[in-house]
Amino acid sequence: MPTPSSLVSGADTAWMLISCALVLLMTPALAFFYGGLVRSKNALNTMMMSVAPLGVIGLLWAVAGYSLAFGQGNAVVGGLGHLLLRGVGVEAHGTIPHVLFMAYQGTFAVITAALISGAVVERMRFGPYLAFIAAWSLLVYAPVCHWVWGGGWLATLGALDFAGGTVVHVNAAAAALVAAAVLGPRRDYGRQALLPHNVPFVLLGAALLWFGWFGFNAGSALAANGTAALAFANTMIAPMATLAVWMGLDLLRTRRVTAVGAATGVVVGLVAITPAAGFVSPMAALILGAVAAVPSYYGILLRSRTRLDDSLDVTAAHGAGGVVGALLTGVLATAAWGGADGLIAGHPGQVGKQAIAVLATALYSAGASFGLLKLIGAFVPLRAEKRHEGLGLDVAMHGEEAYTSGEGAILVLPELAAPRPAAVAVTVPVGGEA
Amino acid sequence: MKLITAIVRPEKLPEVLEALFKAEVYGLTISRVQGHGGETERVETYRGTTVKMELVEKVRLDIGVSDPFVEVTIDAILGAARTGEVGDGKIFVVPVEKVIRIRTGEEDLAAVTPALPEVVET
Repeated sequence: MPTPSSLVSGADTAWMLISCALVLLMTPALAFFYGGLVRSKNALNTMMMSVAPLGVIGLLWAVAGYSLAFGQGNAVVGGLGHLLLRGVGVEAHGTIPHVLFMAYQGTFAVITAALISGAVVERMRFGPYLAFIAAWSLLVYAPVCHWVWGGGWLATLGALDFAGGTVVHVNAAAAALVAAAVLGPRRDYGRQALLPHNVPFVLLGAALLWFGWFGFNAGSALAANGTAALAFANTMIAPMATLAVWMGLDLLRTRRVTAVGAATGVVVGLVAITPAAGFVSPMAALILGAVAAVPSYYGILLRSRTRLDDSLDVTAAHGAGGVVGALLTGVLATAAWGGADGLIAGHPGQVGKQAIAVLATALYSAGASFGLLKLIGAFVPLRAEKRHEGLGLDVAMHGEEAYTSGEGAILVLPELAAPRPAAVAVTVPVGGEA
Repeated sequence: MKLITAIVRPEKLPEVLEALFKAEVYGLTISRVQGHGGETERVETYRGTTVKMELVEKVRLDIGVSDPFVEVTIDAILGAARTGEVGDGKIFVVPVEKVIRIRTGEEDLAAVTPALPEVVET
């Protein structure tokens, strides 16, 4: 992060305003990516699991999350000085207005929580899901964010995480893995083919994620400068390399290149370059992206052969991608490009620091997630009822259908709805069949 | 010969098919249908519009079988499609006058799958 200055830069502010909007777009993009991957009867529920955090997590971020992450505090957590955004105004934070920095970081908090949903779709009740991610955001995301970016102990240690490979992706993936295990597999998992209902949505989501990720990575320079340009180029090149390798692996395994595979490959590449974006050369980004395809590709194959129903492969895509990215940042970073010197520049110790950051984040996130889910589960059931899972969570949780013809829908008039829809004239077919 | 028409829950279809195939009932036709049984109505809301969904998505199976296969087929469907809740569906068995296989022109018993009563085990 750049050194504080008393001056707000117009150019930096302009770029960060755009970046903030770009990152915000990633959450609805994730809704399409995840929504396309599930069965049509769960499409809305899955998309709402990404949309709802925009409200819940965004609100909590303003109330308390920002302060816990970036307020003056100790090595573990920020203080309460910025509670309710006290002291967050248009004064300079670095070279941009403080309030813009707060908004930008808020978009990260939202998408990180939404990422977890991929592990629990098609079976988790909506209310407990929201309760979990809300608590997780304050008790896990905010402190971990503080460790790395808020002047906490990982920042002091010197772990490199340009835009959130550890804070966002490893963090969310550890929570996702635990959530999938605590909830258990979907009832149809391993017994029926659970196919994506809309692959074009998946591609649309991946495309919008990539677009938004330019704000995520290049915006993490917090300025319109050379580092932002480097991060931008790397955010383009690394996923391109991942996509190329992913298609090659698909070709080798099944003799066909798949669209769902391509969308997944792009996301894995984006995850992997995130911690390294402003620290490595474009050629290093290309290598990083290419290498990152392999563990995630085989991780997904391996996972689908187990009883662990991490339904949309958050662990394999964001976990494996995030770990590979974080460790390779320690290998490929050079001070000349903006980071600290890594292994190739003669400092193998950086890889160790990266590993400590990954391990600490994964262990804390996993442990806290387990505790939170068990706590919530002690009061309310986490899982949808069996019949609701069969019916689909769109109707069961939201009273809506993603794709309805409207046939058989009888309008309930407001005045009738208010007291009790007693005698609505409905012609029930007599002696009709099931 | 009988025509067995079964109306089942869409989410039970994979299990029903599996049970039918295990019972060696291979020839069938399915269609997506909407129907109204004794289910409690479902209320949905879209902005200010509240509706009661009177029709429920179901899957209809039509299976032409030889007489020895009627019970086998019914048992397979009952075993796989039942949840015990209202809305599990119905099975209708109706006599069939004639069956013709289009490819060969074979008729009646020769035209239903499985064709021969002697392969019946149950």
